[in-house]
Amino acid sequence: MIRFLLSRLALLIPTFIGVSIVAFSFIRLLPGDPIMLLAGERGMSEERYQELQSALGFDRPLVVQYFDYLLDLLQGDFGTSIVTKRPVLQEFLTLFPATLELSLCAILLAVAIGVPVGVLAAVRRGSWLDQTVMGTALVGYSMPIFWWGLLLIILFSGVLGWTPVSGRISLLYYFPQVTGFMLIDSLLSGQEGAFRSAVSHLVLPTIVLATIPLAVIARQTRSAMLEVLGEDYVRTARAKGLPPARVIGLHALRNALIPVITTIGLQVGVLLAGAILTETIFSWPGIGKWMVDSVFKRDYAVVQGGLLLIAGIIMIVNLIVDLLYGLVNPRIRH
Amino acid sequence: MKAKVLFAAALLGATMLSGAASAKTLVYCSEGSPEGFDPALYTAGTTFDASSKAVYNRLVQFEPGTTNVVPGLAESWEVSEDGLEITFRLREGVKFHSTDFFTPSRDFNADDVLFSFQRQLDEAHPYHAYVEGASWEYFNAMSMPDLVESIEKVDDMTVKFVLTRPEAPFIANLAMDFASILSKEYADQLAEGGRMSDLNQRPVGTGPFQFVAYQPDAVIRYRAHPDYWNGKQPIDDLVFAITTDASVRQQKLLAGECHIMPYPNPADIASLKANDQLTVMEQEGLNVGYLAYNTQQEPFDRAEVRKALNMAINKQAILDAVFQGAGQIAKNPIPPTMWSYNEEIEDDPYDPEAARKMLEEAGVTDLSMKVWAMPVQRPYNPNARRMAELIQEDFSKVGVNVEIVSYEWGEYLERSKAVDRDGAVLLGWTGDNGDPDNFLAVLLGCDAVGGANRAQWCNEEFDALVQKAKTLSSQEERAELYRQAQVVFKREAPWATIAHSIVYMPMRKEVTGYKMDPLGGHAFEGVDLAE
Repeated sequence: MIRFLLSRLALLIPTFIGVSIVAFSFIRLLPGDPIMLLAGERGMSEERYQELQSALGFDRPLVVQYFDYLLDLLQGDFGTSIVTKRPVLQEFLTLFPATLELSLCAILLAVAIGVPVGVLAAVRRGSWLDQTVMGTALVGYSMPIFWWGLLLIILFSGVLGWTPVSGRISLLYYFPQVTGFMLIDSLLSGQEGAFRSAVSHLVLPTIVLATIPLAVIARQTRSAMLEVLGEDYVRTARAKGLPPARVIGLHALRNALIPVITTIGLQVGVLLAGAILTETIFSWPGIGKWMVDSVFKRDYAVVQGGLLLIAGIIMIVNLIVDLLYGLVNPRIRH
Repeated sequence: MKAKVLFAAALLGATMLSGAASAKTLVYCSEGSPEGFDPALYTAGTTFDASSKAVYNRLVQFEPGTTNVVPGLAESWEVSEDGLEITFRLREGVKFHSTDFFTPSRDFNADDVLFSFQRQLDEAHPYHAYVEGASWEYFNAMSMPDLVESIEKVDDMTVKFVLTRPEAPFIANLAMDFASILSKEYADQLAEGGRMSDLNQRPVGTGPFQFVAYQPDAVIRYRAHPDYWNGKQPIDDLVFAITTDASVRQQKLLAGECHIMPYPNPADIASLKANDQLTVMEQEGLNVGYLAYNTQQEPFDRAEVRKALNMAINKQAILDAVFQGAGQIAKNPIPPTMWSYNEEIEDDPYDPEAARKMLEEAGVTDLSMKVWAMPVQRPYNPNARRMAELIQEDFSKVGVNVEIVSYEWGEYLERSKAVDRDGAVLLGWTGDNGDPDNFLAVLLGCDAVGGANRAQWCNEEFDALVQKAKTLSSQEERAELYRQAQVVFKREAPWATIAHSIVYMPMRKEVTGYKMDPLGGHAFEGVDLAE
């Protein structure tokens, strides 16, 4: 197990270098120049342009810039935003808890509903329940997130007035950020009603962000279950008179879960992509919106630093997923 | 349905806002995050709203709701005969903010003024490069390094600016956001503590509101400055709730989660106006959207050809389709709210028949040209692609074949500057300091050919008028010259002037005393909430 862990960790190094090259070159491949964009219609003189180029180090060969960047990275320096002039890592760390909180809630919701619904649909294959679930999942999967989010806001916040429109907590509450997770911070603050306000702000964005993963997980669970339910050992379990709940819950589901766990792991990437739109609609101060803004402004430092940090997170999640396989299925114990 | 919406909104509004009854809190749903809080480092209006407008003052200021320059931290000023020396007498007893992180030991004085400008001017100043990539963009864009010979402290309450040449718009420049006055005492304290970058993250100024806290991309909190020299504000707290999507901002306003919002969707303005809980203020933006011909290229080097093409453009159709009514037709290169705007000028009529004839008489047949469409939305042109398509259609009616081209925004700005550029360019401008020079000289002067002068147009008569106006200090005399310059512009038609946008500001009925800023900023000095 430890050997497996070490070998997987060692594999992270070349992957990380690969990602750093992609992140570094990707944003520079886009046409456009952060200095010209900063100047806008106002423009600037040629000398001034050269001055800024050299101040930002853009006048050196790309290879030199890359190795300098890599050296800085090794010392934990992710660079400074060209636009806000603040350190990239500092910005990331301030914003990331918001994204993490939202993503965790969304994935929990997606799993909590997606897995049982998928199992039910598989067990009742062909029934109206199955068809409703799969139909809804298809709609959920194909839903344009932006439109879906606005629709929910107009219905639940506008017409019914049940949930707040956007943000993480009512503006009436003000307390210092301790963990960066609003649910925890609001409890720590001891202010009456703060936690409830934080929860109510989470409801709609969680639903919106969970929609696609939920649909994918439900469909995946259903098809994995169908496959397993046809296996000999399930028939044997039934034949020996085990209660149906035990057959499905223990014998079938546990085996069906392996592809489902892979899917859940893959949804982390989907969540981070979905967070970009969800955060924009709900004014959620996370890294999704931060990255998009930076691409538009060609803020090289933020885009490459942000990509690296996000890629790092996805790599770690994948590692955890690999380790989880062993827990679920002893045959793949490492 | 509508009653239900209103009821729900009222209910929610009541619960949201009544909690703050003990302290009067004004919530502004702002459109984006500030880049930082040192206005001189940046050029974005969103940043200025959060920094210079709320926290700082300048030596001179724009009178709220106008572009008139009035005393700010300077009580008065004198310009020497030759126009080269401007002496400011500073206001006594002005207090900086006392906050959790800084307690001032003295009032505002000349040292603060020197600090605020020297850090931008002097490359050896310890604060010149206090954040990585500090470039003092606006200070440079307004040519301040060339213009300012020196800044001298005459005594504690008197400061003298020495210029390299007489320049009338200079005073208006000092009312711009980059000229905000910071506390030297605070800066020194930060430098000693090795926390210089805090100057850009935890601002201390003399302005109407003092900074409390900023949660990136979420909320900025301010409190009214209790010792503000211009009187304490009627509201106690000011909150910016950062909400980037216009539809969401609107929902928040309707739900009472904020009191006032900028930049509504043009398509929603009618319904906002119809809502009896809201007031929708409107004002012409200080901007102009135009199509600039390349006047150095055949056949656009001839005024009659340009004039004919201008007559072929159906501006009303553009206004309806592109601005959805949130604009007005432009006849002059400066907006109507600006002093010296020449009312008497008549716009070229929309007359495709006459235009076709004029082109024939000029010997122009089978003309093919390019029209450049910007890839981005700007206040002066919400949809350049659509505008280009409409112009394409209009020109085809007079026998001119148009190809629409576009580039990435940075490229677009760069390539459109070239003197040998092929085609007419859609672009525009938003005023910086309310001075006509900021449009006429910057965009149409001979010096700007190959730069901001996208028409590559150098007309001696026009340039002489504009250059002369720059050296005079009487606004009346200057206005007369600018009015004449607009006549020359109309006769020569280097641009097709298309539109000025109209800016809307929806707010809840209880908001009183808000004044729209023609320069496009959002300031809350003097704003109150009715009970």
